[in-house]
Amino acid sequence: MIEPLLFVLLLALAVAILKLKDLFAIAMLSGAFSLVSAGLFTLMDAVDVAFTEAAVGAGFTTVLFLGTLAVTANTERQQPFRLGPLLVVLVVGAVLIWAGLDAPFYGDPTAPVHAHLGAEFIGRTPSDIDMPNIVTAVLASYRGYDTMGETAVIFTAGVGVMLLLGGRKGRDLDEEDQD
Amino acid sequence: MPLSEQEMGKSPMRMRDKLVLRVVSMAFIPFILLFALYVQFHGDYGPGGGFQAGVIFAAGVILHGLIFGLRSAERVIPPKVVEIMSALGLLLYVGTGLLCMALGGRFLEYGVLDHHDPVHGQHYGIILVEAGVGIAVASVMLCIYYAVAGRGRR
Repeated sequence: MIEPLLFVLLLALAVAILKLKDLFAIAMLSGAFSLVSAGLFTLMDAVDVAFTEAAVGAGFTTVLFLGTLAVTANTERQQPFRLGPLLVVLVVGAVLIWAGLDAPFYGDPTAPVHAHLGAEFIGRTPSDIDMPNIVTAVLASYRGYDTMGETAVIFTAGVGVMLLLGGRKGRDLDEEDQD
Repeated sequence: MPLSEQEMGKSPMRMRDKLVLRVVSMAFIPFILLFALYVQFHGDYGPGGGFQAGVIFAAGVILHGLIFGLRSAERVIPPKVVEIMSALGLLLYVGTGLLCMALGGRFLEYGVLDHHDPVHGQHYGIILVEAGVGIAVASVMLCIYYAVAGRGRR
């Protein structure tokens, strides 16, 4: 019952983010957008995804936005109206909606994702791994290679940020002047 | 944290001087960190796992940094520690895979980690790799936070 309300709230937040020019308000509203999304994921029983969305989307990303705002301008520059980008957005949006019409309905037991490997994982986990949370069994054991790759991607992202932003070394120089 | 001064309109008042923010965050941070550990070690039974636990743990430390200043957060968990831990997390994951090979199995074949019961071996392996994911994710998040939040200080 509450889902339509949350979807309307998401839409309102998106429009507000588009219309506003104050980047501080936009950063805050995008955090709120993530928090409402996390609520929707919880209602869909995807609690792990909701955890991640709430912590990364609403928390971490907002903090990164604020940290970036501290070293840049506070308001968005007025952009002239351009037809090309608008057309690209409209076409991509239409294609996405058209493709969405083909997707199986939410909770459909005959959806391809439930029919093939999913059913096998559910059947095999009790005897192979004996773990109540099948998601963890799939992620850490059956799909262990994928999760290792994801961890490596996250590590690489951290190394990349350290290389780009200088990391610790550059900051040690002005260690004394604060606090 | 530089943004507290710049964002709040050059007010000399810092976040840590605001009583409500300080008291509420001091009350919440221990529970956020505890919840992260719960999500980490309860991942076999309930929702969550290493990734979620890592981001929640990092969020707790970042909240501390927002209220009490970046320097204070860096005293709690120094940037050097964070850099080393992000690599150690990934190495723990890969090392678990290599340990399986050393014990005669295939890479990441956790069953061989227990001589008697491969199902128990699976449990050990999953706990080890989830710990690796959690350590790596929490460290990388903090690493990025330290790098971005420290920018404005120059």
